[in-house]
Amino acid sequence: MNGVKNLTKKALFLPIFCMILVLLINLAKSPTFFSVAIQNGVLYGRLIDILNRGSEIAILAVGQTLVVAVSAGTDISVGSVMSLSACGCCMMLAGYGVNSATQLAVPMIVGMLFGVLLGGVSGAFNGTLVAKLKIQPMVATLILYTAARAIGLLLCDNQITYIRYEPYKYLGNFLPGFPVPTAILVTIAVVAVVSLLLKRTALGLYVQSVGINSRAARISGINSDQICFLCYLLCGLCAGIAGIVASSRIYSADSNNIGLNYELDAILAVALGGNSLAGGKFNMAGSIIGAYTIQAITTTLLAMGVSTDQAPVIKAVIVVLIVVVQAPVFKAWMSRRSARRLALASAATEQGKGMPVK
Amino acid sequence: MKNATRLPDTQKKRGVNGNTLLLLITIVLFVVMYATGCLVYARKGFAHLQTFLNLLITNAGLICVTCGMTCVMLTGGIDISVGSLIAMDCMILAYGMGTKGQPCILLILLVLAIGVVFGLVQGVLVGYLQIQPFIVTMAGMFFARGMTAVICTDQISITQQQNAMFYSWANAKIYLPKFLGYVNNAKKLQVPFIRPAVIIALLVVVVIFLVLRYTKFGRSLYAVGGNEVSAAMMGLNVKRTKMKAYILSSFLCSIGGICYCLNTMSGSVQQARGLEMDAIASAVIGGTLLTGGVGNVIGSLFGVLINGTINTLVTSNGKLLSSWANIATAALLCFFIILQSIVAYIRNRKK
Repeated sequence: MNGVKNLTKKALFLPIFCMILVLLINLAKSPTFFSVAIQNGVLYGRLIDILNRGSEIAILAVGQTLVVAVSAGTDISVGSVMSLSACGCCMMLAGYGVNSATQLAVPMIVGMLFGVLLGGVSGAFNGTLVAKLKIQPMVATLILYTAARAIGLLLCDNQITYIRYEPYKYLGNFLPGFPVPTAILVTIAVVAVVSLLLKRTALGLYVQSVGINSRAARISGINSDQICFLCYLLCGLCAGIAGIVASSRIYSADSNNIGLNYELDAILAVALGGNSLAGGKFNMAGSIIGAYTIQAITTTLLAMGVSTDQAPVIKAVIVVLIVVVQAPVFKAWMSRRSARRLALASAATEQGKGMPVK
Repeated sequence: MKNATRLPDTQKKRGVNGNTLLLLITIVLFVVMYATGCLVYARKGFAHLQTFLNLLITNAGLICVTCGMTCVMLTGGIDISVGSLIAMDCMILAYGMGTKGQPCILLILLVLAIGVVFGLVQGVLVGYLQIQPFIVTMAGMFFARGMTAVICTDQISITQQQNAMFYSWANAKIYLPKFLGYVNNAKKLQVPFIRPAVIIALLVVVVIFLVLRYTKFGRSLYAVGGNEVSAAMMGLNVKRTKMKAYILSSFLCSIGGICYCLNTMSGSVQQARGLEMDAIASAVIGGTLLTGGVGNVIGSLFGVLINGTINTLVTSNGKLLSSWANIATAALLCFFIILQSIVAYIRNRKK
């Protein structure tokens, strides 16, 4: 009993519990769920599919976790920024106004860097508004939420730009002769870089202290504004990378559909990961597990024949359940109840003990 | 003694100045923008009164939604479920009338009741369980959009055969006095008209304006948004006030959904996508602070009108891509947000 109680107190309990629950439901539905096979020289299976498709959400969740931790707010522009960076990348590669390119105008790496750079610029814009001008994160990022997708559409001259060039598809699919989907590798790289940055430098500690109390952090010598700005910048860069991966999957820049509603999934991943949306302490691993859980839910629902449009109903119910369980008010109520029950139980045993003596 | 009585007076005046300044800028901006449109696109009929009235007709639903959004934002919260709720309302109306052939009064009552229940659930979660409004209403947004698809995934339109009553409401023209009209190229007098939805929307604005200004509930919204702790100390029931704000928002959103449906006469899953952001942007442009405590529905009305004017200007031009409208709205939003933070900064420095 005590062991179970300690287990539920662990930071990663909720995300791992949700993940296992979803996987078990899947296993019950289809026993072959965990089987991974190699077909045509690449890994193939439901699990791989979830890991592959969940890459964008996981990358976004990394940035979003930092933003939530540092500013107690959410960056709702990440989906639009994904679209902007994809459009920027494809525009550079194909040349302005070209609808379908088989030859690249610039080396591939330049285009991709340009896309990531656009993400960085968007992040810097959000960061300036939030850190320097002290505007609420949601309002500040609302600007780019509205504008970034539209700017992307302008970059692509109001059309879908296709890059029909084989190496461009590698990022979203497979490297030739390598069985693991490239998107998984990209996610691992992003997570590794960010966690090295957080663990090897004091950045992780700084982010938490600014998130818990920005004024106290400043008094103790941390440049709060700069840390906040940096987190938004990182979030923008993550969105840029996710955008390019998403664009590579469909080897085009579909401004209206890339990253649509991804901001919500990213925020949901952070919440699912057991992170408080009120900022402060954060747990990166939780967010990433949360991201894959969301993808697993989506994939499961699609496999069960629920249409893409109807899936949100289930997602909504899950979100409400999770946040209610996490809510401090609910936790306090539960602990009061268990305390009362404990008191009642001990009173009963006291009475029971007392009776025979009499 | 004399000083003591005069001090609050000047303070009050200064407070009013700060808040009305934003409202004034919004109104001036709207007038300037509209006047520019009249001058530049005069030949395309921009200067006619009907263009302005069309602005109201197409945005009637958004006006109702923005009023509700303003009330929620006054408490320092946010409601991003409104766009999806409108889609669900339209779908219920269209499915009920178009496919099932139910009477429209029944369906309208149903939609309003759903609005209240929807708001109640969100309000309890935000107010009593103290979960972040953004997350709660995001779940509401998922839920409503998904339910729309559960009801029906096709696009359904309401025709005259299916429901003559609703059709007649949607197409009723309420003419303004004749002297406001003009004679068109075919030598026929065109009298400007509005639709019933506009009257509903304007009624909502007036009612909410009065509620915010003169009722206990309205004032407590401002108090809760201004400072939750001191509102609680004053003896206000903060939790209940917040819950009521969300109920009001969803209820007004349902009214907005009916207005929206009167305008589009159809229901589909993708309808009103992103409307919540239009509503938030309009409220912010209208001078409502997202931190709560400051705002006014009149400002929100002008916010919607500015939003609509931008769209009309872009479509009147004809050559511009429609994405320019989004960019212009975002630029305006940016301008107003920075303006708000400057006003807040000056006010803090004076303190």
